[in-house]
Amino acid sequence: MIRYIIRRLLQVIPVFLGTTLLVYYMVFALPGDPIAALFGDRQPPQSVIDALRNQYNLDQPFWVQYGLFLKNLFTFNLGVDFTQQPIAATLARIFPVTAMLAIEALIIQAVFGVLFGVFAGLRKGKLFDSTVLVASLVVIAVPTFVLGFVFQLVFGVQLGWAKPTVGASANWGNLILPAVVLGLVSFAYVLRLTRTSVIENMNADYVRTATAKGLSRPRVVLAHILRNSMIPVVTYLGANLGGLMGGAIVTEGIFNVPGVGNKLYQAVQRGEGPTVVAIVSVLVLVFVVANLLVDLLYAWLDPRIRYE
Amino acid sequence: MSTVKIEETPVQDRPILEIKDLAITFTTGAGEFKAVKNAHLSIMPGETVAIVGESGSGKSTTALAAIGLLPGNGRVTGGQILLDGEDIAHASEKRMIELRGSHIGMVPQDPMSNLNPVWKIGYQVRETLKANGRPDGPDDVARVLAEAGLPDARRRARQYPHEFSGGMRQRALIAIGLSCAPKLLIADEPTSALDVTVQRRILDHLDKMTTELGTSVLLITHDLGLAAERADKVVVMYQGNVVEAGPSLDLLRDPQHPYTRRLVESAPSLASRRIQSAKEQGIEAGDLLAPAATGRGRDDVLQVRNLRKVYKLRQGLGQSTDFAAVDDVSFSVKRGTTTAIVGESGSGKSTVAKMVLQLESPTEGQIIFDGVDTAGLKGKELFTFRRRVQPIFQDPYGSLDPMYNIYRTIEEPLRIHKIGDAASREKKVRELLDQVALPQGTMQRYPNELSGGQRQRVAIARALALDPEVIICDEAVSALDVLVQAQVLNLLTELQSELGLTYLFITHDLAVVRQIADHVCVMEKGKLVETGTTDDVFDAPQQDYTRALLNAIPGASLLLPPAVA
Amino acid sequence: MSNTKHFVAPVEDTPLRATDSLRTDQAPLSLWADAWRKLRRRPMFIISSLMILFLLFVAFFPGVFTGVDPNNNCQLSNSEAGPTAGHPFGFTLQGCDVYARVIHGTQASLSVGVLSVLCVLVIGVTLGALAGYYGGWLDAVLARLGDIFFALPLVLGALVITQLPLFRENKSVWTVVFVISMLAWPQMARITRGAVIEVRNADFVTAARSLGVSRFGALVRHVLPNALAPVIVLATLELGVFIVAEATLSFLGIGLPTSVMSWGNDISAANASIRTNPSILLYPAGALSITVLSFIMLGDAVRDALDPKSRQR
Repeated sequence: MIRYIIRRLLQVIPVFLGTTLLVYYMVFALPGDPIAALFGDRQPPQSVIDALRNQYNLDQPFWVQYGLFLKNLFTFNLGVDFTQQPIAATLARIFPVTAMLAIEALIIQAVFGVLFGVFAGLRKGKLFDSTVLVASLVVIAVPTFVLGFVFQLVFGVQLGWAKPTVGASANWGNLILPAVVLGLVSFAYVLRLTRTSVIENMNADYVRTATAKGLSRPRVVLAHILRNSMIPVVTYLGANLGGLMGGAIVTEGIFNVPGVGNKLYQAVQRGEGPTVVAIVSVLVLVFVVANLLVDLLYAWLDPRIRYE
Repeated sequence: MSTVKIEETPVQDRPILEIKDLAITFTTGAGEFKAVKNAHLSIMPGETVAIVGESGSGKSTTALAAIGLLPGNGRVTGGQILLDGEDIAHASEKRMIELRGSHIGMVPQDPMSNLNPVWKIGYQVRETLKANGRPDGPDDVARVLAEAGLPDARRRARQYPHEFSGGMRQRALIAIGLSCAPKLLIADEPTSALDVTVQRRILDHLDKMTTELGTSVLLITHDLGLAAERADKVVVMYQGNVVEAGPSLDLLRDPQHPYTRRLVESAPSLASRRIQSAKEQGIEAGDLLAPAATGRGRDDVLQVRNLRKVYKLRQGLGQSTDFAAVDDVSFSVKRGTTTAIVGESGSGKSTVAKMVLQLESPTEGQIIFDGVDTAGLKGKELFTFRRRVQPIFQDPYGSLDPMYNIYRTIEEPLRIHKIGDAASREKKVRELLDQVALPQGTMQRYPNELSGGQRQRVAIARALALDPEVIICDEAVSALDVLVQAQVLNLLTELQSELGLTYLFITHDLAVVRQIADHVCVMEKGKLVETGTTDDVFDAPQQDYTRALLNAIPGASLLLPPAVA
Repeated sequence: MSNTKHFVAPVEDTPLRATDSLRTDQAPLSLWADAWRKLRRRPMFIISSLMILFLLFVAFFPGVFTGVDPNNNCQLSNSEAGPTAGHPFGFTLQGCDVYARVIHGTQASLSVGVLSVLCVLVIGVTLGALAGYYGGWLDAVLARLGDIFFALPLVLGALVITQLPLFRENKSVWTVVFVISMLAWPQMARITRGAVIEVRNADFVTAARSLGVSRFGALVRHVLPNALAPVIVLATLELGVFIVAEATLSFLGIGLPTSVMSWGNDISAANASIRTNPSILLYPAGALSITVLSFIMLGDAVRDALDPKSRQR
């Protein structure tokens, strides 16, 4: 297990370096004055331009620039935004909100997706199964931002079950509506994956052998079918964290959640390039680390992985 | 009337399992399918009964019905399954859960897929004990595993299935099946996935354990020799019906039903001599000394000298150790004869085949084909070499491209080597199909529509398309049912005498070697341990390993075949 | 005793069949013909392909469905007005005809989806097949390269790329296609690589090599055709995903330029009217969802039909 962890850690480093290099190169090394380009038509105050030049060490050779950029990233020295606020401080304030939202969404998609998926799989071909299958296709087909508006309109405005916009009062309860919107598409994918996986495992030889041993049905389902079906589901949840981040930008924008996604959305709308780059770099770091954690969970679920 | 009779029968004389007029139907997308039409058998306490049949005969389905594990779309549509007098053909799931494990145990076929990969072996034993209300402490688990012949059971219990070899997994499965001392054990081809010597050890151990426990065994197998050797009674199934049943030796010596007779005649483990082509059989013995017609035995078409193949095994971060898959192997193959390389898994026999085929390059040593060292073959020479040496592989389901119809499959070598035009190629394909006794209508079909034996025939036709001199058969008949296997072996023999082909036959099955080979090379762990003519090796094996292999052929010592007896 | 009796069934009950005879009662069936036969019978396939054909028709001939000019006929006096004769869906905030905009928006969505899938197929299948088939350093490099792009979630990556001056000033269908393809090819490459690895060691590939087929020839003739099923399934599903991606990017203001009529842009613009007249938002949103649903249903049906497990034997 230790060897597996070390190997995974070693694999993560080049990926992280490569991804940040890609981002950095695109923004700062392509032809043209990057600072001017980052702002497009807008003319920022000279003090902001000076701060940015200082932040990104643009007078240095490219590799030094990149090295200093990495160093800044790891020391959370992310520079200042348009209004000369330090981005790191802003992030520290808004990150917990997004974390709350993401955790709620993750719980919704994992718990309900697995639950529905298992029941559909165990009742393959029955009415419940076919209903859930069709419904999940419809859910997948409706884009997150459409879903966001519809839910906001129906549950927020017309029914009044939840606040249509979250605003400054972000807490677990207020975040439920955006979390449902954020988690719903992946919920459908988790459901379908769990179902497929359960059906596949039901026909596995070792499940038949487990039954032949005299185990009760609940025991066979829990210890053998469910346990093994979780392996692909966990892999999917890990790979989908990126999708969750993208979804958070849209969802936070619609529901006015004061989180990282919203900040990013506003930065894009206002054309604040440097802020976008800084936040995206942090998110890539989060994504890579989260994926590493999922990999460890995966190795814990499937002993064959550790062994290789 | 019959109920009264049962009550009068003393308990010891009542069968532990009695199956009467059993019928099982599967509902598929294409309609209803009767897998079992009329099966009946009875097993007395302590007795071993074997069901023998080809794939699709209904033997496994019958056994699964006895433990209530028919697949979801299958159901018992007639007859009775009496377990110790109780009809369980339609028993409730609750009752079946009570019976499974403690009254009926099961040892499944494939040890690789029947243990859950995510749980430790000990856990999988423990949950069995627990479910059946037996003591389930670590000591009990270790004892159960140790009884099944697993050394160092306490440590082994803490390992996962993937850390076990095939043989050890099967021991673990036997331990699970017998852990609660059931009265009946259903063993479904329990060793067919294992090497012959391992197979023998495990079956011996299973015999010993069931005798000690007084457990009756229902053994499912495709191998008549194995059935006769291990069982008191043999039941032969064919197309869902029991066609013959009786004491093992009776049935073997005096088969009555034409299907059983066919089986006894074809069973490789019972055969004692090489198959001869019809032509050779017609020729007087003296004429066989004139090899001129086929060039048989004229020269060594293939010589292998000090062949060595070393693989680097990765051992984690940057380290590796050398592993010699093939180590200093030398042999030669005479033109027009069959040489068999026999060995168990890991013996390196398939690696030799790959190197002879120029699909892998040797680390050391030479392969000389028709007087030319093949090491330097490149480009055009290699292309020509490929025309002259052709392979046939083991897996009939994998050796044909599922996207190509049979015509394209057989025509491909002709097209690659730019032989003839479209019309002449089609004529050649027709001839080839005739040669392997497939109807011409096969041309437009796709591999998935053919049976395993038919696919192997297509593979043979493809190999013959370029008029090769040497054919390398890598386990070419191992995956086939006994009767089909015999048919393909006959075909290969006929083709050899007709076309003067040379075969290099790679196999794990000594029984097949007996039927087809003139010379044998026995390999063990990469090394050649014994070579000689087939007769010499079989009659007077020089090495312990060869003797062990020969002893492991099931049923070999049982009886002389009817023809000789 | 009964158990020592030698039982023989009457031969008439189970007549002997010729060993291994060929079944000739069915027409020959290739894999694709078999899949097609299965597809033809699935209502989901029929419905979704009819819908897709209809959508393609709308995309190519929007004039058949509406004579209203969606762009130049806008009058602020009609702002957020309800449905009237000839304008069944009402008007936008700018006073443009919603129905005409929905019809004309079809083209942008479909072309971004189809073009992106084609690009992803070309890049992903080529790289994935080469990596899976040849292995070695090529595989290692491509796997790492794929990982790097994989660590950049689609929307995040698109945000960065579209910040570049080159893209900000030249927004068009092509830039969106470029952004999506650049970020989405690794998944296609992964799937292809996996499928190729599964096939490359099959005996029929080895057999072809022993017949004298070159290494690359075996890849093209035998390996790739047999690795295509999962690729086709993914491509169909991704059509839907990419259409959503385009709409999302347009919605965020970093996708298609506002001059291009697209559902994403319209939904973004309708954001302002959500409380006063939600139907302005719901019509393009509905059209988008139905389009995506069609492709996802198609992908689902194709997956079932191509599933090797459902094939006979």
